[in-house]
Amino acid sequence: MTLVSDGPLTGHIPFDLARIRRDFPILKREVAPGVPLVYLDNAATSQRPVQVIAAITRYYRDHNANIHRGVHTLSVESTDMYEEARNKIARFINAPDAREIVFTRNTTESINLVAHGWGRKFLKAGDEVVLTEIEHHSNIVPWQMLRDERGIVLRFIPMLPDGTLDLDEARRLIGPKTKLVSFTAMSNALGSIVPVPELVAMAKAEGATVLVDGAQSVPHLPVDVQALGIDFLAFSGHKMLGPNGIGILWGRLDLLDAMDPFLGGGDMILTVTLERSTWADVPAKFEAGTPDISGAIGFGVAVDYLNAVGMPAIRKHEIEITAYALRRLADVPGLSIFGRPNAEERGGVISFEMEGIHPHDVGQVLDTHGVAIRTGHHCAQPVMAALNVPATARASFYLYNTNEEVDALADALERTNAFFGTGR
Amino acid sequence: MAEPSLLDDLYRDILLDHYRAPRNRGEIVAPTCSADGANPLCGDTVRVEVKVEGGRIAEISFSGSGCSISQASASMMTVFAKGRTVAGALTGVEAFQQMMVTAEAPGLDGFDDIEALVGVAKFPARVKCASLAWKTLQQALAEARGGSGADAPVTTDERTPARG
Repeated sequence: MTLVSDGPLTGHIPFDLARIRRDFPILKREVAPGVPLVYLDNAATSQRPVQVIAAITRYYRDHNANIHRGVHTLSVESTDMYEEARNKIARFINAPDAREIVFTRNTTESINLVAHGWGRKFLKAGDEVVLTEIEHHSNIVPWQMLRDERGIVLRFIPMLPDGTLDLDEARRLIGPKTKLVSFTAMSNALGSIVPVPELVAMAKAEGATVLVDGAQSVPHLPVDVQALGIDFLAFSGHKMLGPNGIGILWGRLDLLDAMDPFLGGGDMILTVTLERSTWADVPAKFEAGTPDISGAIGFGVAVDYLNAVGMPAIRKHEIEITAYALRRLADVPGLSIFGRPNAEERGGVISFEMEGIHPHDVGQVLDTHGVAIRTGHHCAQPVMAALNVPATARASFYLYNTNEEVDALADALERTNAFFGTGR
Repeated sequence: MAEPSLLDDLYRDILLDHYRAPRNRGEIVAPTCSADGANPLCGDTVRVEVKVEGGRIAEISFSGSGCSISQASASMMTVFAKGRTVAGALTGVEAFQQMMVTAEAPGLDGFDDIEALVGVAKFPARVKCASLAWKTLQQALAEARGGSGADAPVTTDERTPARG
């Protein structure tokens, strides 16, 4: 395959869907002869533009060497490229200092890094950590593990029936014992947008630290960590046009400085004797071992791509396509949508159920029409329990999705009704 | 446009019939053994209760929730197992699991309806759904035979549960 773009990505990409879609060759494939792919599973993972794929290829083809330890040309180039990616990502979320960007494998690892490096050091028995009922399992399980180890107390802000958080209850739960408030900025299961400023204000009034799970929000909404006044932000490359296996923990420099490392080994030390070691400065302290260098570089180019299109333009497109989808799906007999009715109040995520058809069966029939959606509990079993459903079907959009693809989804759902004799 | 025929292979009429009108659904009084099964991938759950009398399955029921394939397969399983010896039921479990691997009907007595599930073998992601009730029966009968019993719930997913 010839890659369209092999040069650096600079300047502005106008919001032209045909132009954008050309950068994502996978969108042209068929899942079976004559059945084109309609990819609506972006909340699980995004597709990657040729610019990102080319950057990874180019790195391995022309520059590959280990970083931070060689004097030779390739090592210096690789180090520069890796560190430039860190700079780009810092600018993308308006971090004041690139040293605050720690490369991890993914959002899950970033949250675990805070639980281990910060939680184990600073939380003691009886301290309270406030989470929410709409969290992905990755922002629940690490804290349950810490609770079992250290005796901290977990509190959960409940979800209202419309998929938003009960802020009155949040005000009651966040109190003097609260040491950390950790929450997603956007529900992966329902697309609910969480009022981050309100929760930050409640947490800060009690002197609590704030961790935001940005796995769903950073790819889709403009995010400014300084304006939000948060302390930690975790997100993943693969949900925002970047490679798999590379994620970010952003943390305030003083907090990262105070934290203990997570993994010990090479690249994270200052000195090592047989008796003891001293740690390198942040972020190297948290990046033991050879990292995913090509992944970081690819992530940097993904951020270039998002900047070139513009996050406000991406958000505008997602509101438009989500509004169209909410209207279009409302006409499908037997279909009920979870969450808020207005596109402005949600990300480009629509979770729904079909009367009389299990979501897994919906997903199976849709696949035969080329429509890729997610079915299941979305690693948010407490959300499913609160909605009293075992699972949902979820369509999720990104910058390259079109209204025609929404039509294809709606048509395939009508055919699903026809197939199972439902929706009449 | 007709539905792709592959889909008809998966969702045969007899399967949809068992899904819509499940046989032996519910609980039985004083079961001699039981087991719970779950498929973490799609959230399917199945509970199987069995009353064994004189080495035969006198009564059997299933309960739970899940996709059409998991629930229809559970319904068919109970119809097959009822009245059979424990050994005969376990032969059925074996034959079913083999059918999911080979995609060939085993030609076993009492398997006529169940052979409609042979098409599932072409959908690797759904084999777990179809197998759940059978593995759960196997677990329940292991308990009846004085084995390790149903302490550990059955799961058809030996990997880490899917995330997203």
